[in-house]
Amino acid sequence: MPYSAKGEKVMSINRREFLKIAGLSAAAGIGSVAIFDRLQKNALEASEFSAGPDALNAKKWAMVVDVRKFKTPEDYKKCTDACHSAHNVPDFGNPKDEVKWIWTDTFDHTFPGQEHEYLSEDIKHKNFLLLCNHCENPPCVRVCPTKATFKRKDGIVMQDMHRCIGCRFCMAACPFGARSFNYRDPRGKDAKGQPFIKEENPEYPTRMIGVVEKCTFCTERLAVGKLPACVEVAPAGGLVFGDLADLKSEVRKILRTNYTIRRKSELGTGPAVFYVMGDSGYSVVPELL
Amino acid sequence: MKIYNGGKIFIGIIVFVALFASPFYLNRGKAVAKPELKIDTPEIQKLPEQERKCVESKEFMRAEHMQLLDSWRDSVVRGGNRIYKNSHGKEFNMSIQNTCMKCHSNKKDFCDKCHNYAAVKPYCWTCHIAPKEKKS
Repeated sequence: MPYSAKGEKVMSINRREFLKIAGLSAAAGIGSVAIFDRLQKNALEASEFSAGPDALNAKKWAMVVDVRKFKTPEDYKKCTDACHSAHNVPDFGNPKDEVKWIWTDTFDHTFPGQEHEYLSEDIKHKNFLLLCNHCENPPCVRVCPTKATFKRKDGIVMQDMHRCIGCRFCMAACPFGARSFNYRDPRGKDAKGQPFIKEENPEYPTRMIGVVEKCTFCTERLAVGKLPACVEVAPAGGLVFGDLADLKSEVRKILRTNYTIRRKSELGTGPAVFYVMGDSGYSVVPELL
Repeated sequence: MKIYNGGKIFIGIIVFVALFASPFYLNRGKAVAKPELKIDTPEIQKLPEQERKCVESKEFMRAEHMQLLDSWRDSVVRGGNRIYKNSHGKEFNMSIQNTCMKCHSNKKDFCDKCHNYAAVKPYCWTCHIAPKEKKS
């Protein structure tokens, strides 16, 4: 303790003491951080989360729809049915309330602005398979006020039903109409007493009234090493699923060797669903000549 | 000091207090039966003796199952990690519908009993599908 000229103790410290105290407290601070780190690590060691051993991983999942491989409307129906029954998607039997994860539409609705009156009959009459594009820059994620919808590290735009408050901003933001709102209780029954979900898949949850849902690229299947449900039942080569960041992936091979287009790419959302165009002798084309 | 209509006021106060407090003195000494959970579902009994263990200890699950389920949900939905390794190193698929309820197939005698007793209403089952209850 320093003394004044009269020999009394005074409440001040010189530089030497100040540096000592500062040094000691810095050491104590760093030490305690290390101790807390160690404690937290121990807690994690006791129980930890991990992806399964069979999980499929990618830097950027993407899908290629080879429209040449889909020859009949039934080929599409197989895909949509497989998805909707696997994920307990309700059928409200009313286009206004429709809930869909994967569906079909005409060329001019799928690729607006690309249609003209001299298109091949095949393309003109063909339906196209549509689903969430899992955009690189998803507008739905940007507008979600609760972060219920978010982009995973592997590029999948995921929907957390626990957080969705049903504000429908994402539906307004999505330029592809890939999101559906549950205007009615999906577990309810129609006027004839038929349940909206024909047959519940007990392995997957349903949704509740007032939440938005969409395709998730089957995250629950990827986690156990399976491809998305639609890919599995599509005609051979019709739907190809893979990693865009992997040069050797099947998806990249097709993109390298075919001319592919994306829906509304001019909007800059960066869709991860690609279409290989071409005639396929679609069975609903009327015979003209 | 004089209280106008004092008699009526005091009788009113006494009647009010008596009515208001009636649940307390009418139910005094009569404890509501503690909920007894059934953990002997056919699914659990089918398991070999040494595997009849929950993901964590009974005491932990009793006190912390909601935190556990919450962290499971975040890990699965937001983190994409679906496998839980418990304190004994055993691995489980983190799923209320496909893991918890596969053993505890008796939602009414397991979940609901305590939740009704404690008057809490978790909204798990508006989306997650509860197992089909067998009538016993």
